[in-house]
Amino acid sequence: MYVLLKPFKKLFARLMEKKRAFDALDARDKKRYWGDFLLNNAIYIVLVILVIYVEIVTLTNAKFATTFLSFESIIDIMKKAASASFLALGVGGIIVLTGTDLSAGRIMGLSMLVSASLLQKPFAEYTSKMFPDMAAPPIVLVILLVMAVSCVIGIFNGFFVAKFSLHPFIVTLATQLMLYGLILIYMSMGNNGGAPIAGLTEEYKQVVKGTLTIFNVAIPYYVFYAIVAIAVMWFIWNKTTFGKCMYAVGANPEAANVSGVNVMKTIVFVFALAGILYGFSGFIEAARVGSNNASAGLNAELDAIAACVIGGVSFTGGTGKISGIITGVILLQIITVALQWLNVSTNLQYIIKGAIILMAVAIDMRKYLAKK
Amino acid sequence: MGDYLLEMRHITKEFPGVRALDDVHLAIRPGTVHSLMGENGAGKSTLMKCLFGIYVKDSGTILLDGREVDFRSPRQALDSGVAMVHQELNQVHTRSVMENIWLGRFPKTKLGSVDHREMYRRTKEIFDDLAIGVDPKAVIRTLSVSQRQMVEIAKAVSFNSRILVFDEPTSSLAETEVEQLFGIIRMLRERGCGIVYISHKMNEILRISDEVTVMRDGKWVATTPAGELTMEILIRQMVGREITNVYPEKTNVPGEVVLEVEGLTATYLNLRDVSFTARRGEILGFAGLVGAGRTELMETLFGVATKKSGTVSKGGRIVNNRNSTVAMRNGFALITEERRQTGIFGVLDVMENTTVANIRAYVKNRLYLSDRDMRKDTDWAVETLKVKTPSQKTKLRSLSGGNQQKVIVGRWLLTKPDVLLLDEPTRGIDVGAKYEIYQLMIDLAKSGKAVLMVSSEMPELLGVCDRIIVMSNGRIAGEVDARRTSQEEILTLAAKYV
Repeated sequence: MYVLLKPFKKLFARLMEKKRAFDALDARDKKRYWGDFLLNNAIYIVLVILVIYVEIVTLTNAKFATTFLSFESIIDIMKKAASASFLALGVGGIIVLTGTDLSAGRIMGLSMLVSASLLQKPFAEYTSKMFPDMAAPPIVLVILLVMAVSCVIGIFNGFFVAKFSLHPFIVTLATQLMLYGLILIYMSMGNNGGAPIAGLTEEYKQVVKGTLTIFNVAIPYYVFYAIVAIAVMWFIWNKTTFGKCMYAVGANPEAANVSGVNVMKTIVFVFALAGILYGFSGFIEAARVGSNNASAGLNAELDAIAACVIGGVSFTGGTGKISGIITGVILLQIITVALQWLNVSTNLQYIIKGAIILMAVAIDMRKYLAKK
Repeated sequence: MGDYLLEMRHITKEFPGVRALDDVHLAIRPGTVHSLMGENGAGKSTLMKCLFGIYVKDSGTILLDGREVDFRSPRQALDSGVAMVHQELNQVHTRSVMENIWLGRFPKTKLGSVDHREMYRRTKEIFDDLAIGVDPKAVIRTLSVSQRQMVEIAKAVSFNSRILVFDEPTSSLAETEVEQLFGIIRMLRERGCGIVYISHKMNEILRISDEVTVMRDGKWVATTPAGELTMEILIRQMVGREITNVYPEKTNVPGEVVLEVEGLTATYLNLRDVSFTARRGEILGFAGLVGAGRTELMETLFGVATKKSGTVSKGGRIVNNRNSTVAMRNGFALITEERRQTGIFGVLDVMENTTVANIRAYVKNRLYLSDRDMRKDTDWAVETLKVKTPSQKTKLRSLSGGNQQKVIVGRWLLTKPDVLLLDEPTRGIDVGAKYEIYQLMIDLAKSGKAVLMVSSEMPELLGVCDRIIVMSNGRIAGEVDARRTSQEEILTLAAKYV
C-alpha cells in the first residue's frame, strides 16, 4: 500500500513546496506568476478549451452517434498517436543534438515499400505481385531487413554530420532526394512498373493490425509495439551511457569532447537508432495503409518534428524528454481529430496546425531567454 | 553637483526573490578612472545593465551632466556618449574589423550604398589615435582575443563617448597587453572622459584608479580615493571580514618525478620542442604571454590537439594520449580555459555535469546506469568542494562562475587522475572562491598528484606554485623557482622569443 502511495506523497510535497514559494511572493509578483503560468501552458489551455468545445458540439448535435470523449474516440486517437510515435522518437534524439532529419519520412517510405513488396500474397492469388516467383519470407526476417536498411541510411546521415561537421538539415535534405530516386527505381523493379504495392499477406496484416480485446475494446497490436518502443527509448535516453552522452553532446559538443565523450560515435549512434525506428515504423505503416505508392512517407518527418517541438524537445539542444515527445504526438493527434470532428476543411487544418507549432516553439524559446 | 559627469543615485532593482541592487550610488568625475569592485554577484554587472537600459531599474535616478536620463536601450546610451566594452566580446566573427565598428551606422555614399573608403579612413583615424596596430580590413575571426578587445575599445571611442565602461577588460590579456590597455585608458582619461573600470584584479585597480567604489550583496559599501587604499582594505570592504591571506599556506612537498615530457611538438598549433618534468606532490606553474603556447601545451598533453612528435611518459611508462578518452584512462584530467565554451553543460543539471567524464564507471550489468552511484558521487563532489547549489537537479547555468568551476573540478576528481592540467582555473571567479580553489590544489598535490597550472596572473603563480615554467612563442623560455623569482624575471623570459 505504501509503495502505491509513495509517488503521490512526493507529488503532494512538491505541490506544497510550490504553494509556499507562491505565498511568499508579493501582489505584483503573484500577478506575473499567473501571467507566466498562462503563457507557459498556453498549448494545454487551448487544447482543453478545444476538447470541451468539441465535446459540447458532439453532445448537443444529434447527427453524431458518439461524443468526442467517448471510449471509441479516445482509442482512435491513441491508435493514430501510436503509429506516429516511432518517427517522433527517432527524430527527437536528433533534435536533442540541435539537428533535424528531413529524410525520416522517405526512409520510412522506403521501408514501407520493401516490407510490402516482400510480403505480398502469392502470384496465384494476386496477379500484380511485384516479384511473382518469390515466396514471402518469414515476417521476422523482413522486419530485421528493413530495420537494417534504415539503420544503414541513418549511419550514412550520421557519418556525414559527424565526420564533416555538416548541419543535419543539409545532409538529410540531400539523402531525402537520393532516397526518392531509390524509391522510384525500386517501384519499377520486378513486374511492378511503378504501380502501388498492395495485396499483402493476411499473416502480415494480422501481425500489425490484429487486435487484442481489453475491456471489450479491440486494440491493434501496433499500439503495443509503440508502447514497447517508448519504454525502450525511455530506458536508452535516461539509463544508459549513450543517453547521457547524447544530452552532453547536444548541450555542448566542445565540452563533451574534452570530457572524454566520443562525440562522433554518439552522433552516428543517434542517427542509427533513429534509422531503426523509421524502419520499424515503415513496416507498421505499410500494413496499415495497405496500398503503398511512391509518395509513401512523404512529409511524415514534419509531423514528427512538430510533435517533438510541441513536446518541449528544444532546438537549442541538450533538453527534451520521451514523455514530452509522446505528449506532443498525442496533442497533435487530438487537435487533428478534433478538427475533423468539427468538419473543418483540410485547408484550414493546415493553417491551424502551423499556428500551433509556431506558438509552441515561441513558448519554448521564451524559457531560454533571460528575463529582464 | 556640476562636477560629476555621471551620477547614479539610489538605484534599486529587484528580481523575483532577490534584491539585486539596493540603494546603490555611483558618481564619476570627468578625467578620472573610477573602479567598481565586488565579489561575483555583488551587483556590478546589474548596475551597469541598469545604466544601459538592458535592465529597467525599479527606482532611482541617473544624471548625465546634471540632466536626468533614462536609457531604454544600449543604443540610446551610445548616442548620448555612454559606451561599454563588454567582458564577452559580441562581435560578428566573419566580418571585417571596420564593419564591426560601424555596424548599424555605416557611412553612406551619395547613392546610399555603404562607403567603404570613408569607413576605412575613419577607422584608421581612430586606430592611429589610440596606437592600435590592427588592419581595419582584417576579419575579426583571425584576430587574437586582445586585438579583438582593442577593436571593441575603438568602437566605444568611435561614438565620441565621454563615459566608457570597461567590464573585466583584462581577464583574457597578458601583462604586456594590459600595459597597452592601460595606456589607452590613461589617454582617454586625459581627454576628460569618465572611465568606469570593473575588475577582480586588485593590483590593477590600485594602479589605474583614481577612485574605487566597492559593492557587496547588491549594496554600496564605500567609495574611497585610490591613494588611501591598500589591498587589505579593499578585501575587507569586499568580503566584509578580514582575509589575512590571499593564498593558503603551502603544505605540499614535491616527491619523485611522475611526468616526463620530451620534445613535444604539435601538428597544427604553435608548440615546438617542449620538454619538462613534473613531480608527484608538486604544483607546476606555466607563465607566458597570450599565444605563448600554454593552452596549446595542455591540449596536446590531453590529446585534444594533435601531436606531431615527442614523447610523454607517466611514472616511467610512455603514454600516447591520442584523444581525451585515452588521456582520461591514462590518469590525466584537463580543466579548460574557456569555461563556457568547453567546460559546462549549461542546460544539464549538477549531477549530469559532475558525472559526465566518469560516466562509464556507473554502468551496472553492462547495460544501465546506477542513479544511486551517480547521486552518491555527486554528493561527495558537492560536499568536498563546497559547491553552493540548491540541489543536484539544478541546471548548471544558474550557478555562479565559481560554483560552476568547482563542479568541473569535481567532475575530474571523480576520474581519479594522477596528473591534473588546470588552464586558468581561477579566471572570472571571486576572491573567496579563488582561495578555495588554491587550497584544493595544494590538498591535491599533498595527496600525491602532479598539478600543472596555467595562469596569466603572475601573483597567483608566485603564490601557489613550486616551480614556474615560462613559455614564449610556442617554446619553453626557462624555468624558475617560485620562491626566489620575481615578476620582472618571468616577464623577461616571456618576451625571449617574441
